Amino acid sequence: MNAAPVVAKQACFELRSGVDVVAARRGVSDWARELGLTILDLTRVVTAASELARNTVVHGGGGVMCLQVVRQAERQGLRVTFKDHGPGIPAIDLAMKDGYTTGGGMGIGLPGAKRLVDDFHLSSTPSEGTCVTIVRWKP
Amino acid sequence: MERIPILRMGDCLLVTIQVDMHDQLAMTLQSDLSRAIAAQRTSCVLLDISQLEIVDSFIGRMMANTAATGRLLGAETVVVGMQPAVAITLVELGLSLRGIHTALDVERGMALVERAAASRA
Repeated sequence: MNAAPVVAKQACFELRSGVDVVAARRGVSDWARELGLTILDLTRVVTAASELARNTVVHGGGGVMCLQVVRQAERQGLRVTFKDHGPGIPAIDLAMKDGYTTGGGMGIGLPGAKRLVDDFHLSSTPSEGTCVTIVRWKP
Repeated sequence: MERIPILRMGDCLLVTIQVDMHDQLAMTLQSDLSRAIAAQRTSCVLLDISQLEIVDSFIGRMMANTAATGRLLGAETVVVGMQPAVAITLVELGLSLRGIHTALDVERGMALVERAAASRA
């Protein structure tokens, strides 16, 4: 079992509006490039972050995205955490299913984002909020 | 208000997306395009996304809706210039965008709509 990853660098972004989502995407893209992720992995992690940042604004009523460069043993990765104090997700199993939606969207955001990253963790408490953490490791 | 320019090129409308669009800007572009198709009586729309670093589900849905609305108004939409990493990511995300015409660049996109128009004539 590996030791918990060490945070080498961190920055947080407010997520209140669609314009904030663009700034957050930009941040993820800049950090992924600096870390040296391949163009495909960069595209994957920025796309996943875009889905999750929009969820934070639309479903969570706004929140915060924190970017971290993490190190674990010999590897480095980009960890992105999305936190809101919205209504929470009542049925996580359903929310993780392709095609399930409550917001009029296509219902691919959460399961789709999960497929684009190496690690995906979602925790949600009704009426307290939702926290999603993703990691893309540098190969 | 911030808007994405829509240019006329022959019988087509050409939109080159050069900025990272926020969702409202994408919605505005979608409705501007529908109005422009009707007002200018064009038969095709070329959506050049070669400069887009990512396409997420929202932008993907905007492209699909633009194509569907355009078709009802008599115009075919071709998405041109998608980066390979964007294409791979879209499929992994679960959006294969069936029903949208695509081409590698604007020139090939034009050729595609001309062939489609010829086969309808």
